[in-house]
Amino acid sequence: MRNMMQQSALILALLAAGAASALAAGSEEDFKAAYAAAEAANKEAGKLRNQWTTTANTLAAAKKAADAGDFDKATASAKEAEALAKASIFQATSEKTRWKDMEIR
Amino acid sequence: MASTIRVRATSSGDITEVQALIQHPMDSGFVKNAKGETIPPHFIQQLTFEHDGKNVFTADWGGGISKDPYVKFAFKGAKKGDELKISWVDNKGATDTTTAKIQ
Amino acid sequence: MKLRSAIYLASAILALAAMTLASTLPSGAADKVDPVADAKAFQKFFTDKFPKVKFEDFVNGPYSMNEDLYRQWQDKEQFPPYEFALEMGKEMFSTPFKNGKTYADCFPNGGIGIRQNYPYFDEKEGKVITLELALNRCREANGEPPYSYVKDEMAALTAYMAFTSRGKLMDIKIPDDPRALEAYEKGKEYFYTRRGQLNFSCATCHVQSPGERIRAEILAPALGIVNAMPIYRSEWSGMGTTSRRFTTCNSQIRAVPLSPQDDEYRNVEYYLSYVSNGLPISGPGARP
Repeated sequence: MRNMMQQSALILALLAAGAASALAAGSEEDFKAAYAAAEAANKEAGKLRNQWTTTANTLAAAKKAADAGDFDKATASAKEAEALAKASIFQATSEKTRWKDMEIR
Repeated sequence: MASTIRVRATSSGDITEVQALIQHPMDSGFVKNAKGETIPPHFIQQLTFEHDGKNVFTADWGGGISKDPYVKFAFKGAKKGDELKISWVDNKGATDTTTAKIQ
Repeated sequence: MKLRSAIYLASAILALAAMTLASTLPSGAADKVDPVADAKAFQKFFTDKFPKVKFEDFVNGPYSMNEDLYRQWQDKEQFPPYEFALEMGKEMFSTPFKNGKTYADCFPNGGIGIRQNYPYFDEKEGKVITLELALNRCREANGEPPYSYVKDEMAALTAYMAFTSRGKLMDIKIPDDPRALEAYEKGKEYFYTRRGQLNFSCATCHVQSPGERIRAEILAPALGIVNAMPIYRSEWSGMGTTSRRFTTCNSQIRAVPLSPQDDEYRNVEYYLSYVSNGLPISGPGARP
């Protein structure tokens, strides 16, 4: 029990740290990390042969904003791209069995 | 080169029905190519159908007409075996003419 | 002691139950690939859904679904917009390559009246060969550069080959080869799998909603949709091949299209053509 409380305290602390860094956003490092995560997720979607055009567009928007020096916007776009890529991965994975429900028999 | 104009004219009774298909890019001048460059305007400006030395149909066209346009109309006063002369002129001065027998 | 034997008994029963379950599950799930039954069910679905449409009319896509469109199309067919492509294809087909050979040398029956046999499963290669792929391979084998799979020359060539096969019934065979069956099954999976941000599968439009409008267009039924390829689409103001149809369908639902003639596309064309067996070739087609 005590152990668990310690753990959740640690998680809370981590979350607070995350929130703090998000508040202090606008740094190039944040953008780079978010962009790399989004790219990695999109690559995985590519392996599943299920990339979305919107992911690519949002990644491009992130890059454009970063090139213009607007790291707030760039980081937000990169995070959105990661969410899109993750959704496409979820779609590809769940459709591995779900497609059969659509089949005409 | 094969003609850019296809025509079919059929007469029944007093009326001759004409259909034509013309091969032409009909670029409006507002469309860009894959590289983002504007495709210059290139379209048919005038299309005429002539029967017995008289214009039976004239169309003044612009960039709003689709690619490879199709025309259909009917007129009175021609009989089977008559000749119909079709020609077009585009904004670059190019032209093509063909004749068709009314069937 | 008594307890012990009871446990034995119970476990024996459980084991038996597990065994019977195991033996019934595979057949009970009925997941054996049965293309003949598939095609029958597929065609029945459409003929039941559209009892007024004549069977051979399904190859005419949206025109079979709407009377007004049908009349417009009949008028248009007197001067079809694919005529220029057809003429170009005919000329290309008979023009020899630099080495003196022609397309006719690459195909059975000189390439005339054979569209209904494509795509076929090549047992040597273990893959599906589409007509477009065969055409480009023919070019490469004769030292010519391949054409783009999506339009212009490729569409002109397939238009001519389809034209010479008009009225012949689609006749796709699945040879007795587990790889052929696998290609078929994968094509089926691709057809029903939702993809893209809009979460559409091919079936969402062409099975669930044929005859309905999507924006200004009327959706074509999946049955016979490949029989009309290649098509002149007014929306494209030009010709498009089967490859072009697949890739643009993908991007319209916000999925990144694969490369033309990737395995997925070859398999789905194989599946779609197989379930349209018995319907006449009507290509080249004209679509709004």
